[in-house]
Formats: sequence, C-alpha cells, structure tokens
Amino acid sequence: MNKNNLKAWLYLLPAILFLGAFMVYPLIDVLIYSFEEGYNFASQSYFGTGLYNFSYVLHDPYFLQAVKNTFIIVIITVPVSTGLALFISVMLSSIEKLRELYQTIFFLPYVTNTLAVGLVFMILFKKTAYSDGMVNMIINFFGGTSVDFIDGPYWAKMLVVCIYTVWVVMPFKILILTSALASLNPAYYKAARVDGASSFRIFTKITLPMISPTMFYLIITGFIGAFKAYSDEVALFGTDLNAAGMNTIVGYVYDMLYGDSGGYPSYASAAALILFAIVLTITVINLLISRKKVHY
Amino acid sequence: MKVVLQNLTKIYPSRNRKINDEVVAVDNFNFEIPDGKLIGLLGPSGCGKSTALNLISGLEKPTSGKIFFGDTDVTDIQPEHRGIGLVFQNYALYPHMTVRENIVFPLENLRGKAKLTREEMNEKAENAAKLVQIETLMDRRPGELSGGQQQRVAIARALVKTPQVLLLDEPLSNLDARLRLQTREEIRRIQRETGVTTIFVTHDQEEAMSISDLIVVMKAGVVQQIGKPQQVYDSPVNLFVAKFLGTPPINVFDGEVKGGRLFAGGDDILPVPGISDRRVWVGIRPEGFIPDPEGPLRCKLNGIEVMGRDTSVVSSHPAMTGISVRAIVSSDSRLDGGAETVRFSLKPHKVLLFDYETEKRTAEEEGR
Repeated sequence: MNKNNLKAWLYLLPAILFLGAFMVYPLIDVLIYSFEEGYNFASQSYFGTGLYNFSYVLHDPYFLQAVKNTFIIVIITVPVSTGLALFISVMLSSIEKLRELYQTIFFLPYVTNTLAVGLVFMILFKKTAYSDGMVNMIINFFGGTSVDFIDGPYWAKMLVVCIYTVWVVMPFKILILTSALASLNPAYYKAARVDGASSFRIFTKITLPMISPTMFYLIITGFIGAFKAYSDEVALFGTDLNAAGMNTIVGYVYDMLYGDSGGYPSYASAAALILFAIVLTITVINLLISRKKVHY
Repeated sequence: MKVVLQNLTKIYPSRNRKINDEVVAVDNFNFEIPDGKLIGLLGPSGCGKSTALNLISGLEKPTSGKIFFGDTDVTDIQPEHRGIGLVFQNYALYPHMTVRENIVFPLENLRGKAKLTREEMNEKAENAAKLVQIETLMDRRPGELSGGQQQRVAIARALVKTPQVLLLDEPLSNLDARLRLQTREEIRRIQRETGVTTIFVTHDQEEAMSISDLIVVMKAGVVQQIGKPQQVYDSPVNLFVAKFLGTPPINVFDGEVKGGRLFAGGDDILPVPGISDRRVWVGIRPEGFIPDPEGPLRCKLNGIEVMGRDTSVVSSHPAMTGISVRAIVSSDSRLDGGAETVRFSLKPHKVLLFDYETEKRTAEEEGR
C-alpha cells in the first residue's frame, strides 16, 4: 500500500466506522436473526438454523395481507403522484402570475407533520357521533349514502390511504420537477416553436426526455418510499393496523418486534429481508427499463 | 425573398412602476433587405440586434411597425408559419436526439397537405446534411460533436424546411478563432449555394465585414448606417460607425479646421479645402499613415510591433483621444525602433472629419 492509499483510507475512516457500526453490522445481524429458529431475546438462545422463519412469515395471513396492502399502495400511489406532480409542475412553469403562491401552497404538506395531516384527514373522512366527516357531507349533498372511510369497507380505507399518500409525497416531487423544468434552456422551446412543433409534441419529444433523469429518480425513490409505507397508515388508523386490515410490510416488521404480539426478531428479520428482496427486484427492473428511456 | 421592415419598433415596458426603465430595443427600423443577400446586423452588446432578429423570426411581437416577407405582411404570423430557419447562438440542438433526429424534427411537425413520408423526410435530411458536410455524423448525438460540427447541424436543421429567410444569431461566437474563420466562409458558401436571404447578427465587425453583402450598423436600438461593408468602412456617417469598424480601430484626434487646413495638437497635418473653420474630431485609419521623416504629424514613438507582412507603429500624440496612436505600415519601411519620434504624412482619403458636437461626418466632406 503506498502513501497516497494510506491517506485515502485515513480520510475514509470516519465514514467507514459509522457506516460499519450503524449500517453494515445491523444488516448482517438481521441476516443472522432471520436464519436462527426460535430465537429468544431474554436468554439470547435459539434452537437451530434454517428457513423456518421465512416459511412462517410467508404463511402468516397478516403478512400476506400486509404484502397485498403494500403492493396496492405502491401500484396506485407511485404513478398517480408522479403523474399529478408532473402535470402540476408543467402547469406551474407555464403560468407567471401567482406562481410563487401556488408553489408555496403545493409545498405545504411537505413541511406539515404527518400526524397533523392525519388529523386533517380525520376531519375529512372520519365518522363521529356528531358528523360523518366532510367528504360524507359532500356525498350526502349529491344524494349518496355515507361511507365509513376509517372503519368501513376495505376499498374505502384503501382509498383514503392512497389519497393521503399521494397528498403527502407529491410536494417533494413537484419541487424537484419544477426546478428540473426551470433548468431547461429556453432556447430549446424557441427552436421547437420555430420548427413548428405542437405543444403536445414539445412536451413528449423535448420536455419529457430532457427531464427523464429527474423523472427516473422520482420513480425509483417513489417506489422505495411507498414500499416502506407505515407512518401514514398509523396516522389514519392507529397502531393496531392488523385489526384494521391495513397493515404494511414495514408495519408487520414493527409489530413482530415491538407490537402487542411482538418479541419475534427472527420473524421480523425474515419479513424485512423479504421486503428488501422485493424492493431490490423492482429497482433492478426500473434500472433496466431506464437504460432505454432515460437520456442523460 | 426580400425582407422589408417598416417603422419597426420594440419597446420593453418598464418593470418597476416607480422608476421608468423602459427600454427601446429597436427604434423605428425602416429598411429593405434584398432577396438572396447575406446581411450582417452589427452592433455592440445590448444594441438590440438580437431583438431585431427575434422580431423578424416572430418569436417576439413588435410594439409597432410592420414586417414584410416579399409582399406578404407577416407581422401577425406565428414563427412556424413564416418560413424561416433560425440558428441559435448556443445552437439549441436537442441533446437526446441524434443528428438525424434533430434535422428531421422540423419535418415531422408538418401537418395536413405538407406532411411527408418517412423516405421524403430522410432524403431531405440527407440533402441538408450533405450541404453542410455532416453526412458522416448522422447517428451521433450533439454532445459527441465539436462546436463547429454542432453549428453545422444547427444550420442543417434550419435549412431542412427550405426556409425563405435564414436567421443566424451570433452564429460564430461559440467557436474558437480558427474555426470561426473556417465557419464563416462555410456560411457564405451555404448561403451562395442555397440563395436563401440570410440575416445574421454579430458584434464582431470583422466577421460582418468579411462575409456580408450588406451590413447594418446599430447602436442603442437605432440604425446608424446601412451599406456595403467597404462603403461603410470608407465613409462612415458618424464617429460611432467609424470607431466600430476596423481592426485596429480608427485613431481619433481632437482637431480644428482653420483656413482650409487641418490642425491637430499644433501640427498642420493636412490641407482640407472647402471645409469651413470649426472644431472637429479627426479620424485616421491605421493604414492612412505613411512614415515620412518630413511628415507633418509628429508623434512620440512608443514601440514597433512586427507582424510579418505589416508593421504596427505605436506612438502617442498630444491631440489623440485613445491611449495610443496605432499605424499599420508596410514592413518595407525600415523604421528605427529606438528613435524618440516618428513623423507621418497622411493619405487624405483615410482621414475622416466629424463634427465636434454631433459627431456626424462633416457635410462638406461627405460630398467630396
């Protein structure tokens, strides 16, 4: 090892120490837990090693429900929030008056506490002894019958979760996309105008390809973020998500560790690794698709 | 297609209600650009030349006045329907498309009767590429091309729809010196081959003079002079035009006409018959000096720069207005670099007189 190399390692040392202690070691630990059968926290002992934990988790109806919920949330909220954010950003960049006001308004949910937003959604959707919530009032006004969005049918609860998630994740996407749009050289648009391109063609042939790296970034992080959904569900339905049938994979991991039925780090680790495998697969698929569609 | 500008004015309104910072970028343009010529719009930065180009292209709307292409009033016609090709200063090539896709792009936008088949599009793109000699680069992306090649692609894209008017905004400013020389000749060649009326904007007088059929010199939104490059150079209408054209620039002296003779800083430098007594600015082109031991213009010699073909004599004179007097003389004239003083006699047609107040060329002289 020559002198320069030594120096480089020295500079890297703080980062390596912290990453090692707080990322690499726990990850390895999780991996080990997931293969230790019948692990007991108190006695730090286990019966044997094997794939039983995975088998248990994969046969647990609560886990399967959590996987189903998570996938529905991902499949609905990622495209909807990204699409809406793109639409709003394009609209924002094409208006001049009041643009900053709108930008601020759209960004508000981002700086608002998740639980506070949850409270707002309670007012909007929750049935209480005094009212059916604002959304139901609107439904009633148009002659529909009230729906219990918080304790009612599955689709209603899922609808609320999706609206909530979209609402929470969109501001960040709008922020990123408006800055990406603003950084595009206006000469491209002038050139396109002189070339006689319609606004639809300008959008699909020029704007979209030019912001494709940003879009790709948002889609990847959107997928990962949605797979990790948990706090939004807690904000809406409380901590007993299994009872509400609205648990997510991360929620399941949490319950296995610390919930009322908790104390099973091995099951939690197995579930966490399954989630990791899912996210990895989806990200790799995304990367493969992006090679063709993203222009750097 | 000739281009006619009629009372064309563009005013950018004041942005601040309290301070009036209204800008008249283009002030009452009235001129005609003849068909099939190459015209250079020339002026210092911020003189409104790019605005003028944008008005002709239709990207900006004039505050008042009209623009005609041939006999058609195009003032209210959108840029895409004017039949123009526009080359931007930074080329504005779409970075995610190949050269071919860039060139074909304007054709793909055609709708209705004008719509072309894929083969026709490719053929036109090939022809445009051949014209600017980039046919071997068709499948590259702009990022993989040199500045000069990108420039050619931009010109090909502008020409592919066979425009009636080709507009170039500072087409050479992003190129290095050598490439600039080469590319300006290329532009001249392409213009000759296509015969398209071409208007280009530049702040580089040399560039404009070298390839233009006509140059339009602008200052602060106002056209100063329109004419053939040599004619504008030889007989500028005012001191601004005289100073703006020519490298090295014209030497300006504070002078006076008395009794038919021109004086500068006490030297009786030239007989100027027929010009009434007055104070004047005297402009002397660098090539107007002849080293002459008996010459009337006595300067203090600062240095001699040998440039091979020519010699540049840097000196100073009490009546000069710049930092030095620069004369270009033939390198045959053996000058003594160590001498204290240098004396010149002058070529009368290289000496220009301007009114001291208005800075316009003196009327008597213009008639000469």
